[in-house]
Amino acid sequence: MGGATLTKETGPREVFCGLTSIVWLHRRMPDAFFLVVGSRTCAHLIQSAAGVMIFAEPRFGTAILEEKDLAGLADTHDELGRVVTNLLERRPEIRTLFLVGSCPSEVIKIDLARVAEKLNEQLKGNVRVLNYSGSGIETTFTQGEDGALKALVPFMPDNQVDQLLLVGTLANAVEDRLIKLFNRMGINNVASFPPRQSTDLPPVGPRTKVLLTQPYLTETARVLKDRGAEILHAPFPLGVQGSYDWMKAAAKAFNIEQSLFDSVLDPIVLRAEKALKPYKELLTGKKLFLLPESQLEIPLARFLNRECGMQIIEIGTPYLNREMMEAELQLLPENSVLVEGQHVEKQLDRVRQQQPDLVVCGMGLANPLEAEGISTKWSIELVFSPIHGIDQASDLAELFARPLNRKNILSKKLLTHA
Amino acid sequence: MELTLWTYEGPPHVGAMRIAASMEGVHYVLHAPQGDTYADLLFTMIERRGKRPPVTYTTFQARDLGGDTAELVKGHIREAVERFKPQALLVGESCTAELIQDQPGSLAAGMGLSMPIVNLELPAYSKKENWGASETFYQLTRGLLNNQKPVQITHDPQKWKTEGRRPSVNLLGPSLLGFRCRDDVLEIKKLLIENDIDVNVVAPLNASPKDILEIPKADINILLYPEIAESSCIWLERNFGIPFTKTVPIGIGATHTFLSEAHNLLGLPAYNQSKNANQSRLKWYSESVDSNYLTGKRVFIFGDGSHAIAAAKIAKEELGFEVVGIGTYSREMARAVRSAAKELGLEALITNDYLEVEAAIADAVPELVLGTQMERHSAKRLGIPCAVISTPMHVQDVPARYSPQMGWEGANVIFDSWVHPLMMGLEEHLINMFRHDFEFVDGHQSHLGHLTNSQGENQAEKSQLSNEAKNNISDESPVWTSEGKAELSKIPFFVRGKIRQKTEKYARQAGCRQIDSETLYEAKAHFKA
Repeated sequence: MGGATLTKETGPREVFCGLTSIVWLHRRMPDAFFLVVGSRTCAHLIQSAAGVMIFAEPRFGTAILEEKDLAGLADTHDELGRVVTNLLERRPEIRTLFLVGSCPSEVIKIDLARVAEKLNEQLKGNVRVLNYSGSGIETTFTQGEDGALKALVPFMPDNQVDQLLLVGTLANAVEDRLIKLFNRMGINNVASFPPRQSTDLPPVGPRTKVLLTQPYLTETARVLKDRGAEILHAPFPLGVQGSYDWMKAAAKAFNIEQSLFDSVLDPIVLRAEKALKPYKELLTGKKLFLLPESQLEIPLARFLNRECGMQIIEIGTPYLNREMMEAELQLLPENSVLVEGQHVEKQLDRVRQQQPDLVVCGMGLANPLEAEGISTKWSIELVFSPIHGIDQASDLAELFARPLNRKNILSKKLLTHA
Repeated sequence: MELTLWTYEGPPHVGAMRIAASMEGVHYVLHAPQGDTYADLLFTMIERRGKRPPVTYTTFQARDLGGDTAELVKGHIREAVERFKPQALLVGESCTAELIQDQPGSLAAGMGLSMPIVNLELPAYSKKENWGASETFYQLTRGLLNNQKPVQITHDPQKWKTEGRRPSVNLLGPSLLGFRCRDDVLEIKKLLIENDIDVNVVAPLNASPKDILEIPKADINILLYPEIAESSCIWLERNFGIPFTKTVPIGIGATHTFLSEAHNLLGLPAYNQSKNANQSRLKWYSESVDSNYLTGKRVFIFGDGSHAIAAAKIAKEELGFEVVGIGTYSREMARAVRSAAKELGLEALITNDYLEVEAAIADAVPELVLGTQMERHSAKRLGIPCAVISTPMHVQDVPARYSPQMGWEGANVIFDSWVHPLMMGLEEHLINMFRHDFEFVDGHQSHLGHLTNSQGENQAEKSQLSNEAKNNISDESPVWTSEGKAELSKIPFFVRGKIRQKTEKYARQAGCRQIDSETLYEAKAHFKA
């Protein structure tokens, strides 16, 4: 396994559950609604993570289970049907409704698939009702997106033509840019999934080649493979080299001539490396500790080490899918410490012991570490920001340089902690 | 099952976390799945705390459910006790753990631990955050003090007189994620010291279990936040005979009443209100000529119980506003808010649905909204100025500056923060004077922002109309003639909505099918008379 040594750790974990993915998924597909079937905790989690108040009426909500729903399950299914009917009456613009399972709905075994099936019969194709799990007992943070995409795959139409399919939510501008670059090198039939409209699903078939844009789409990749698609193996498109290798994998699969590929990418790579340089200077030699949360930890460590010269102290990952990460693991430095799972207290002990220059962590841990004088970067920011592709590499580096830069700017006198 | 797009309160275990995180030397083991740890960010991000809340989550996963989750809970308890060495341990569960019935409290009790253990049973499917906080503080206080209970109650709140010391009180209720608690405590302490009253214990904020044990040494309890500490105060009164003050000192009137209540309970010389009449600037600011324009301003109030009730009193009695709507999201405080509403001749709105609140605001056509951060957003959409008076907490509600709500300085803060969103008196006067000049457009509204003009009003009107349409499907609504509309448009935008509503009401009463400029003037005369 590449250059990393793997340790498994169990204990108290400090990670989001899969429901959190709704925060970016609903923005990608403005005609979809995400209805969590859960508790007040679920509702509170999403509104706390998403800063919901800016919406007049958000496109996600929670059907909150009450005392009486816990008693009779048959009634619960009807109750949910009633809530959905009311919701759709109020929001006629909704085309796809995701029923999202939560910890409590799974523990009391509410059969969301059955509810979805019944609703689909009732709604006669006006709205498509799907279900997936975003529960904390089954999923971590970004796995929610994997579940939602997997639920959409059966509805993708068949096709029999050569196609490159980019899978995973991207910022619209980044998506356009990547497609343009593929077009320039002669790959013209490029589609993305999830689409910008939930009803506008791209086709899939045996001549579809899939490039994953995100490292957490294990199940989606599996069902796409079942539909005949080929999953291309490559590092993920973070950083100049990572994105270059990722595009190279597509070019190879589509037999694009090296000279054409080079003529498209060489000037862009050159420009990107130039843009990256000032950040590289700041980041080189700085110690980095990544706490587990988004699954982006391994590709980020690879980028920050290989392209920005950071020294990796520890890479935490909520879970490790070796097949998915194979290309990434090869690129990690010799003897990297890779920790799967978490014991948050012991991990924080190691942070304090090692005194890294920067810690990538969840929002709950950031300020306590800052108060101890350790700079941090929120991992949730990385799933919101346009960071993919060669052109974005310097923006990605800047995200990590910013906290260090800030520390340099603020007067040392002000920074001494009482 | 209830569809919720946004909720004013979190689940009850978040309330328990507020108590645990407010205190020193307390640790909370929470049986909860992965993901429930999001609650940490409420403290570290919203309240900007540099410390993690003292909570160990068991973060069980689906694969654990097949095995021995009880052992898992015990393992986490053991480890947390060893690592954090708490003086008292809270043990409880979140919504999902409640379903699997491991009873972590009983498990902890059987582990032979040396510190007091408080078993928290907070029904997640029927109760909410404030109830959870209140219940936790009550269970903790009771748990720690139960064996100190006297057989016979002999507590005398005036005993300080015979003991050659100053009277002393406890401040109960301030907690993290409570509205301006940090500064309220400082202000009330200052106020009490000025009145020759010492503070014994402040809890739960910054208190340790040891401090809780000191509670019975005080002469009386000061109940600062009924949402959090009323049940504890009642228990302390019943079992220790310690009386408590009932007035929440928000506003000048309430601060006077509060001080007089404390003086009476402690047997201090009667509180001298006239001596303290000018302690807050609110009184003079409200009397000054510029404040004339505040007279009769229509305000809509929504928040937690105690802040909403206090706001209504201040609005009516201290600023001369007209309260046109009042409500709360707190079911526990519904009765108190209903009776406050009744005194104002209103019906209280008790709901957890922010869209219902928004509709009620649109319906009442207020000139100022006093609400939570959610009402701030709703008011912005409706183009109405708003000041925030209550939780749920937002990062803006934890200002760097000193900004209490209670006591004299609190009244000063309230005057500024409620009046500044409105137009200044002189400014309003000038706009009235010059509004017919060709240079004047509705956009001239100084700091009120760009949304307040026609766009905002149109929205307000739209939702208002749709509400009316719902209410009076059979009742034919009067129609504005173009001449009537033209007259209406000459009225300044900030009163236009109110005039429009009143005129339509008059037209319906008078049986007019059409509203022209005459109807407008008739309505004006009618409501003035």
